[in-house]
Amino acid sequence: MSLLKIEKLCVSIGHASILKSISLQLNAGEIVGLAGESGSGKSMTAMAVLGLLPPKANMSGTVKLENAILSGASENDLCAIRGRDIGIIFQEPMTALNPVMTIGDQIAETVRIHRKVSRTEARTIAREMLDRVGLRAPQFGLGRYPHNLSGGQRQRVAIAIALALKPKLIIADEPTTALDVTTQAEILDLLNRLVREDGAAMILVTHDLAVVAQVADRVVVMKHGEIVDEGSVDHVFRNSNNPYTVKLIKNTDHQPERAEQGGRSGKPVLQVEQLVREYAGRRKLLKPDPPFRAVDNVSFEICPHENVGLVGESGCGKSTLLRTILGLDAPQAGEVRVFGESFPARNLAKTKELRRKIQVVFQDPFGSFDPRWRVEKIIAENFHLYDRAISSKQERMRIEAMLEQVGLNGRDADRFPHEFSGGQRQRIAIARALITEPSVIALDEAVSALDVTVRAKVLDLLADLSDRLGVAYLFVTHDLTVVRSITDRVMVMKAGKIVEEGDTEAVFSNPQHPYTIDLLNAAPNLNRALERRKAIGHPTEVSQ
Amino acid sequence: MNDQAKVIGTTSNAWHGVSTGFLIGAGLCLLTIFVALLSFIWTPYDVTDLNVTQKLLSPSFAHPFGTDHFGRDVLSMIMVGARNSLAVALVAVIIGAGIGTPLGLLAAARHGMVGEVVMRTNDLIFAFPSLLMAVMITAVFGPGAINAIVAIGIFNIPVFARVARGAAIGLWTREFILSARTAGKSTFLISIQHILPNLLGLLIVQGAIQFALGVVAEAGLSYVGLGAQPPMPSWGRMLAEAQTMIGFAPWLAIFPGFAIMIVVFGFGLVGDGLRDFLDPRIRQER
Repeated sequence: MSLLKIEKLCVSIGHASILKSISLQLNAGEIVGLAGESGSGKSMTAMAVLGLLPPKANMSGTVKLENAILSGASENDLCAIRGRDIGIIFQEPMTALNPVMTIGDQIAETVRIHRKVSRTEARTIAREMLDRVGLRAPQFGLGRYPHNLSGGQRQRVAIAIALALKPKLIIADEPTTALDVTTQAEILDLLNRLVREDGAAMILVTHDLAVVAQVADRVVVMKHGEIVDEGSVDHVFRNSNNPYTVKLIKNTDHQPERAEQGGRSGKPVLQVEQLVREYAGRRKLLKPDPPFRAVDNVSFEICPHENVGLVGESGCGKSTLLRTILGLDAPQAGEVRVFGESFPARNLAKTKELRRKIQVVFQDPFGSFDPRWRVEKIIAENFHLYDRAISSKQERMRIEAMLEQVGLNGRDADRFPHEFSGGQRQRIAIARALITEPSVIALDEAVSALDVTVRAKVLDLLADLSDRLGVAYLFVTHDLTVVRSITDRVMVMKAGKIVEEGDTEAVFSNPQHPYTIDLLNAAPNLNRALERRKAIGHPTEVSQ
Repeated sequence: MNDQAKVIGTTSNAWHGVSTGFLIGAGLCLLTIFVALLSFIWTPYDVTDLNVTQKLLSPSFAHPFGTDHFGRDVLSMIMVGARNSLAVALVAVIIGAGIGTPLGLLAAARHGMVGEVVMRTNDLIFAFPSLLMAVMITAVFGPGAINAIVAIGIFNIPVFARVARGAAIGLWTREFILSARTAGKSTFLISIQHILPNLLGLLIVQGAIQFALGVVAEAGLSYVGLGAQPPMPSWGRMLAEAQTMIGFAPWLAIFPGFAIMIVVFGFGLVGDGLRDFLDPRIRQER
């Protein structure tokens, strides 16, 4: 008998239909990956199982866990089931834990709500659970607070809470998306091992097909609130004939076509020389903490038409380096040069001239525009870098031409940024950067927030623009797939220093520094995950 | 996420977010403003007209709110007094916002020495209640409506400075500000073009709240004789004069009291309603 049975589940909010007749079965001990792009309804499906839909949502259909019908059950009944029969792990380990409660109390609390045990017994269980997730005493005592744990450690605590009562079903909503690649690999392994040990079933909601391939037995692909493809992981990822699935798989490591590279030639457009950026330590009464070196003596240069990647995990200093290069932060030592000239220059006119040569595209397609400005004004902001004002008619013509260059419509200039999708907004951001005809564009995680299909298109656009306009890129990112697909050269950054640098293919195929090796091994990769499955023979392949 | 952003942005059904509280408040505010404007062209009786034979009449058809100990019509006095209350509160808000907001923007743009000096000076001003400020100003310049305005206005400055600074600091870290900086714009230009328009909603809400507080403060100052001087009627002084006669002429205290309450209540509701309306997170939950 199946553990969880979802039949004809429909969810709508207002007039918008979010889920359209979802039917899904889950056997005991089975791990199902629920994959799809943003807006596909994958998280909504998980929330519907838990009865945690937003207050305005309308739901029909049945959700059955063993013999209990969850759909339409009272909040009290659902509370008894959540935590005891269904464990939940969310994406953000930062917000999923209560910051003013010790980790021991948070685990013990879950135990005591559902089971009549004494305080001491609950604490014993909490201790056991922390040991199981690899947070051992005495370093990780029950009295620790979430704020002095790292993101990965917090996610381990969240897993401990979810598994404390040995639930039959675990629902994990993007459990590793917010984590760095090396941490992500550890957490996935841990989650997989513990769920298998307990013989629990799991619904793993994720946008990352590589994560599904690493962990799940079966995969369900969703699109626009419908299930479009379903089957065992090996079958779907190798032989699916569903066009959408095929497109998704192809786009995960999309390789944009680029013109033949003539090697590094010409005078460098951007030179960074022994750059140091420090943050002052905490001011204490007698002895201040030593300053923190976010960027430690970094040097490199970028030649015309060259694509350079800068990779590293969060906190390695790559964003600070970028801000310093852009002249948004002042360095403590070292120099940035644009076309051989010191940047920012001493006089304002020169600085403006150099700024036209180095532009930037930021990560967040939602935050990088003033919400009150129209697209025309947003792009025109960069005309501020020209001393002589251009006539507004000319300005408008250039903006429309630029919008067409990045694959939008000239008339889009009159619209507001919120009227566009994430991918379109990134195109607007690229148009804004290109309007001053720069020689180098820095891209700060510019495609990280995008879905794979959209990301593939934006990467194609970037490659095309680079070929046509000869602009060089500096890709600052944690995403190794992107770096591999579009850069000529890559720099690996760790703790403020560049630890390895070389041609992208050489670094990827033959990494030298131990950190680079770790990074490459940990990075989620669909093909490698499938290879590994084949090699070890996946443990519980449930037949359909 | 995408669709949510769209919902916030569409203006076609924007008025759905407005609460009943806001509508009631707006009604009360409009009523007060109408009465104040009407008093310029018409009042039932002349407020400078002293008619001792008509003194201390209880409310009647001829004098709906009664008359005071000089025989003046209380309704007419409240109508004219509304002018004074609203004008003082309005100008005080303009002074506070006009000086406080730029200071707050400056402090947010230049954190470090400049910001510290601005905000600590603000703290210093904040430590003086408006009443104490009014007493000091009166001691120097003598009593009057203008001095009440100045005192309440100065009291408003740090309020606006803090609100503006707090929100502006958050905005300065946003990516659209970073890209304005890469467009070579100065802190001044960015403050005017990006920060201020994005703060406007917040400042309008604070303005409505400070307006309500300003009416109360003005009444308080007039009550102790530091506000508008006779013969100009003011609600606070009407209350003060009614005090000794409250046993046999309670209407003298009740009606000005109600007038103050209505204005404060109305602008308070408008302020709350605007805040909810302008904050998309709160609007969506409704």
